[in-house]
This record gives sequence, structure tokens and C-alpha cells, in this order.
Amino acid sequence: MTNIAATFSVVPKVVPKKAFTPGNLILLFVLLLLVLGLVLPMLMIGDFSLSNKAGEFIGLTNFLEYFSTQSPLYSIGNTFKIGIITTLLVISLTFIYAYALNRSQIPGKKIFKLVAFLPILAPSLMPAISLVYLFGNQGLIKEILMGESIYGPIGIAMGLAFWCFPHALIIINTALSVTDQRLYESCKALNASKLETFFTVTLPSAKYGLISALLVTFTLTITDFGVPKVIGGQFNVLATDIYKQVVGQQNFQTGAVVSMLLLLPALMTFAIDRYLRSKQKDMVDHRATPYQPEKNHLRDTLLFIYCLLVSGVILAFIGTAIYASFISFWPYNMDLTLANYQFEFMDGGGWSAYFNSLEMAAWTALFGTCFVVLSVYMTEKVKVSSWLRRGIQGLALMPMAIPGMVLGLAYIFFFNHPDNPLNFLYGSMAILVISTVIHYYTVCHMTATTSLKQVDSAIESVSASLKVPQWVTFFKVTMPMSLPAVLDIGFYYFVNAMTTVSAVVFLYSSDTMLASVAVLNMDDAGDIAPAAAMATMIFITSAAAKILYGALSHGVLKRTQAWRR
Amino acid sequence: MANSKHQIYLRVKNVNKSFGDVNVLNDISLNCQQGELICLLGPSGCGKTTLLRIIAGLEQQDQGNIIQNGVDISNLPVEKRDFGIVFQSYALFPNLTVAQNIAYGLRKQTKTKKATRVNALLETIGLEEHADKYPSQLSGGQQQRVALARALAISPGLLLLDEPLSALDTKVRQHLRQEIKSLQRELGITTIMVTHDQDEAMSMADRIVVLKDGFIEQIGTPSEIYSNPASPFVANFIGSMSFVPVTACANDTLTVKQQNLPCKLPEWVTVGDTIQLGIRPESVTALPAKGNQQEALSGKVQKIEFMGAYVRLYIHLNDENMSPVRVMVDVNNELHQEHGYKENMAVELTLKQQAMAFYPQQGESL
Repeated sequence: MTNIAATFSVVPKVVPKKAFTPGNLILLFVLLLLVLGLVLPMLMIGDFSLSNKAGEFIGLTNFLEYFSTQSPLYSIGNTFKIGIITTLLVISLTFIYAYALNRSQIPGKKIFKLVAFLPILAPSLMPAISLVYLFGNQGLIKEILMGESIYGPIGIAMGLAFWCFPHALIIINTALSVTDQRLYESCKALNASKLETFFTVTLPSAKYGLISALLVTFTLTITDFGVPKVIGGQFNVLATDIYKQVVGQQNFQTGAVVSMLLLLPALMTFAIDRYLRSKQKDMVDHRATPYQPEKNHLRDTLLFIYCLLVSGVILAFIGTAIYASFISFWPYNMDLTLANYQFEFMDGGGWSAYFNSLEMAAWTALFGTCFVVLSVYMTEKVKVSSWLRRGIQGLALMPMAIPGMVLGLAYIFFFNHPDNPLNFLYGSMAILVISTVIHYYTVCHMTATTSLKQVDSAIESVSASLKVPQWVTFFKVTMPMSLPAVLDIGFYYFVNAMTTVSAVVFLYSSDTMLASVAVLNMDDAGDIAPAAAMATMIFITSAAAKILYGALSHGVLKRTQAWRR
Repeated sequence: MANSKHQIYLRVKNVNKSFGDVNVLNDISLNCQQGELICLLGPSGCGKTTLLRIIAGLEQQDQGNIIQNGVDISNLPVEKRDFGIVFQSYALFPNLTVAQNIAYGLRKQTKTKKATRVNALLETIGLEEHADKYPSQLSGGQQQRVALARALAISPGLLLLDEPLSALDTKVRQHLRQEIKSLQRELGITTIMVTHDQDEAMSMADRIVVLKDGFIEQIGTPSEIYSNPASPFVANFIGSMSFVPVTACANDTLTVKQQNLPCKLPEWVTVGDTIQLGIRPESVTALPAKGNQQEALSGKVQKIEFMGAYVRLYIHLNDENMSPVRVMVDVNNELHQEHGYKENMAVELTLKQQAMAFYPQQGESL
């Protein structure tokens, strides 16, 4: 044996860990932004709910007062009632729809999918406006309700169901699409019946997806503000209560109290969802063979009719608002007109509101995408201190659990505070952009993380060994490879910035009126046709963004992604 | 080459590394000579990849030093070190062509210089006509060649190969082994290769470092390691070996299952000790039992396994009271025909004396 290992002894040297690397400094900056845009405002709103008007700590007095003098139990009860009804409605509707898309041979799957995702492009106010036109006091087909009023739980549930449909569908569709063909083949080999197979394979494999969709929909429905505001009538829910307390009565303490009440269930559903997602990871088998549905005439016919019905309703909800926006005076004068688009003659900010929205959405897409890419790249691909990485990853999940109304109110408390050196931001375009970037941060962060994790980590190692600086590799390799995800994030930010009302409703100023808020205000003032017109403008803009996004994905990407063949 | 053949190019000195509570590397020391191809061999989790990554600077050792060409590089970042690396996953830039991939490390050179270098390397790896293709359009073996060319483009002093052939088909793998080996010889580049495949290590390495649980089990040339394995672990990891518990008797004799066997005992054995006798399957002959042949062990064929070029017999030694001891015997096909081995056939085993290895009974430290 020729063991020529060194025999002379060397004093082993402990290598010091460097703290101030460029990666750490950049991440520290990201962390600072998240603390300023998320943590501190949320602490402020918590603090406000426990303080009196003079800012002194009074414990739970605000809560006790709220529960004794107002009618909070009514709002809480309503909120949960709506949440549960809508969630069950949406989950059953989407499950069958997703089942049809994945487990049948119906024609036109692509079109059905496209239609199902249209509600994402509309502000939640849009279906509510359509409902008014269809079932309201002058509604076209209000007889269908058999005397029941649309202004209340029925209207809210219908509007929310429409708006939440695509969100639930995305999750359930994914869950159903990952099922392993081999499991079904095993069932056949074991002579299991169709029903047995459904309960032993289909449902269990979609279980986590279903629960996840359930929780997401529940959170969306209890925290949405647009639908109950437009069509809720006297049916109060927590989200509209916050708005009334803050905008109507300038009662910020109570607003903070209601916010806390709304935050609690949102946080809980979020925690359950995270837990389930972490469990689901072990279930997905990457070697799974995709499922190939067999032909079954009866099943396919039934599912096809179902999909036609559902997508017909979706199109009707969107179409009605668009159609109504061109009508002179519904339902008495059904002549077509463009008068409703002359926003400068209405209260609500005029056309400048629309252009403000466009500007806000563009900035949000630009800054939001850069911010997400920067922070995710730093956490995933650069050697940084692990406490920083974990801190960012933890904070990145928070925005998803925070209802927009709560975040908006928190921003008022934080940025409007006279002692805050950042209060120059208050009332500016910047604060609208910041709040929107933060509000929708979680999904973008997760998209970017998934995409960057797919890029082989050895690529950075190789380029370092070739003495190429990492930023060169970032632009030459990592970014081109992740371009689809980056476009995805930009599109997501743009559309959400166009359609959101919840956080920004507290943060706009007269100079930065937004289109979505204008819809709300015009509807509030009774100008429902112009509201429909503005909602239509938002929808068309989002749709245009979608088309542009599609063109970019197909055209430009085709060139840069030639290697994907 | 400026350096003479036997100069030490890379020293690994007392390297320690742990992840949390797990000690992945324990006091690892190793010297690589200029132009040598060293294989780090071991089962998964033995620390071989971590050691390679520490040499590359991709991982930071807790203690110890790495000295390359006389310079202490222990604390240098990856980009300041002088090496080329090839990963199992190829890690080619998927959005760049083959030529662009190879030229990636040459970005500071002039266009003509770059082109000359890239063309020369393409010729070396035999992929001239694929220069403008994307990696996804190549086969696995071709991709790994590109990765090798890319690593060599910057003329590094040290080449690191992290399981470079593990993702490839058997045939391609065997072909690439020789290709890499001859290229490495030709360039005279000091190379460290990580592998878990002992055949790969045997056929390519100048020296093999066998690692287990973060410790070096043995360092030596392939033939040294095969014929003198330092431990039962090494013996079993590289090739196969049967182990028979034996008792050392006086006058260089062993008792195996109440049968006596003459042999040359090593010095550390004292009479009366129970030790392990190790023997490789090709060093045992099994003949159909004919009577009391001296210096042979009797047993029974328990299982016959057809291996292609030869047949492996699993033989249980005769024994009255203890658990059976199994010995593997390789027999070539002609002999198998001649003797007609069958299950439950009584046989007599003869062990080649020079091929016997002795180890302390399991549980005792070496």
C-alpha cells in the first residue's frame, strides 16, 4: 500500500465566515424593503387596534367596545355564511369542470379553459355590476329569483363564485392533472369498478388540491370587498365594515379591530394550507405517466353540456357588463351609445383614473418583477447567510395571508404617521405601486422560486470555475432560461394592479384616482352604466395584456428559447 | 510540462467538514502527483463529493488546508482557483450552442483566438459538425463531451470530474472512460474523479482513494487495492470476497469448521484468536468430493448463478452445529460442463494460499 498522505502536522485553521458579501448586502436591502412595506405596517395596525385615539395602550378595550356597541356578530356571521356557501358552490362547480378538462375526451377543452380564466381579467366589481343588470330592480331576468332580492347574500355568493372560479380551478386542475396513469392501470388489473377507482384513486390523489382550493376560495370570499360593496345591500360583512368604519366614519381604531378579526381566519386558513402543501410534496411522483382518458360517450356528452353551461354563464356575466356599458338607459332606452365612456362628465376621476391605473399597473409589473427576481435569485442562487435566506422566505409567504383591506389600512397607519420619514410617500403613485407589489408578492415569489429551482445549480458552479462573474451568467444563462416565468410574473402583477380595489381603496389621492376605485365610486353614486364602462375598460386592458403576454411567450420566446425543442 | 512527473501538485491536509451533527469528512489528507488521475471511490454518503466540492471551493471546509501547486488555496473563492469541473448533470448552458458553451470561459480573448481554441476542442471531442446545435439536440454522451471541452477550454491546472459518467448508458460509459483517460494522459492534467462505480475506478484511475463514512479506508493503485484490500469493506466494495471465521492454531494452521487448513498467518495473529479469512471467488477451486482430500474444505453447493463468462457457485461449508458459512467460487464455463455442478452436490474447496487475506473478527477495530 502506498499511502502517501501527508504525515507532517499542520495547525488546522478555522475559516471565518464572511458577513458583508455583496449577496448578503443585497438581501439585507430586500429584507429592509419587506420590513418597511409589510412588517412595520402590520405591527402598526395591531398596535392601533390596542390603542385609543390618543395613542395610549388600552389593551382589548376597542375589541370589547366593538362587540358591545356595534352589531359585529351579525357581520361575522354573514361573512362566514357567505364564505362557506360560496366555497362549497365554487369547489363543486370547479371540480366537475376540472374533471371534464382532465378526465374526458370532450372537444374544445382549450376554449373552455380560456373562458374559465376570463374572470381573472375582470375586477370583482364587474360580475356584481352584471348581476345588478340581470337580476336587480330593473333586471332583465329578475323573475328567475322568484321574488328574492339579488341585493344580499344571493348576489354576493353569485358574484364571488364567478370571481373565485378561476382561482379554484387552477389548483384543482393541477391536482387532477398529476394523477398517475399507472394507478388506473393497476385498478383495472385488480378488477376494481369505476366507482371504486374514483374513490380509491381519483379522490385521494386530488384530496390535497381540493382542500387547498377550498381554503384559498374561503379566504378570497371572506376578504373580498368589491362584490359585497356593489351588491351586498344591507347585508354587512367584515370587509365592507372596515371600509365603512374608515372611509365613512373615520373611525380608525374600530377599523383596526375589524381588520384583526378578518386577519385571524385568513391567517388560519393560510397556515392549514401551507401545512397541507408541505405534506403533498411527498405524494407527487415525478416519474408518473400522464393520464389518458378513454372514450365514454355518455360521460363526455354530460360533461360537455356542463362545460357549455358554466362557460356560458361566465361569458354572460362578462358580456352583460360590457353590453350594458353601451346602453343609453337600461332597461327603458336600450339604444347603443358611447356616452357612458365620457368619464370626464362623471364623478370618479374621469379618464385620468384609467390612465393612472395603466401607469400604476405598468410600474407594478416592472418594479414588482425586478424585486421578485432579485430577491428570489439571491435566496436561491447566491451564497448568503442562512438566517437572511430563511427570513426572506418566511416573509415572502406573509402577504398571501393578509387581506388587501387590512394591508391598505395598515399602510395608512404606517405611512401617514407624522413621525415616519417615509410619509412623503402617502398619497403618491409610489405607495399604490408598493402596496400592490407587496399585496401580490407571495404567488410571484413562489413562481420565481419554482422556476429558478429548475435551473441546475451546477450552472453557477461551472461558470465560477470558468472565472466568469456570476452576474454575466445571470444575464446570459439564468435569465433567458427563466424568461417564461418572468413574463408570467409581470403579467400577473399587471392584471392584478389593474383589477385590485381592496388595498388601494384606502391609499389613492385625488391625483392618483384609479380605474377600479372609479368603478366603485361611480357605482356608489348611482352612475352604474359608467361604472360598467370603466370595468369594461379594465377588462379590455387586462385582456390586451393577456394577448400581448401570449404573443411574447410564443413569438419572442420562440427565438430565445430555441433550445427548448 | 514544467513539473516533473513525481512532483506533488495538490495537497489535501487534515480536512474536516460537518453538516450539522454529521461529520462528512474526518481528517482527510491526500497528495496528488502532477498528471495523476485519482478516483475518489465509495458508496453514497461517504463524503467523496463533498471532498471534491471542497477542493473546488464550492464548499468550505471547517478545518484543514488545500494546497495547489504550492499555493494555499484553502480560503480562495471558486473563481480565484485554477480548475475545470464536469458534473454528472452535464450542467451545460441549455440556451447556448455547443460552440458558445465551450467558449464561455474564453470571453476575454479575441474573437479569432476564441474560434481557434473552440475549433481545436471540438475536434478533440469529435463534435465538429455539432458546433451550432443546442445541448438538448445531443445525446448524453455528446453532452458530456461538450462539458469536458468547456472545462478544458481555459487550460486549467486541475480537472475535477463529479460522477461524470453515471448518467450514461453502459456502452457509452465504457467508451467514454477510455476517451477521458487517454485525453487526460495526453494533456497530462492532474485529475480527480468522484465515482461510486468500482469498475470505472479500476479501469481509469492511477490511484484509488476508497472512502467510507468520511474516513479514508485505503489509498493505492487499482491492483494494490484489489489484491491487498485493507479492510473487509474495501474487499467487498471492489470485487467480491467471501469471509470465513477461522481459529488460528499453532504451526501456521487454521481451524475452519472443525477442518484443518495450513496457511501463512500474519504477524498480528496470536494462537487461539478467532479471525476472519477473506478469499476472492476466483482464488478458490471447487471439485466434486471424491474422498478425504488433504488441505481441502468440504461443503455443499447451495446455489448456482450464471454470470455470462463464468458461473458463480455459492457453497455452504459442512458444519454440524453452527450457522452455515458461505463461500463463493467462480468456475469457468468449460469446468462447469465438465463437472456438472448441481445444487446439493458435495464439493471440496481448495483455497489459494497467496490469495488469502486476514482480518480481525468483526466488531474489533482494525
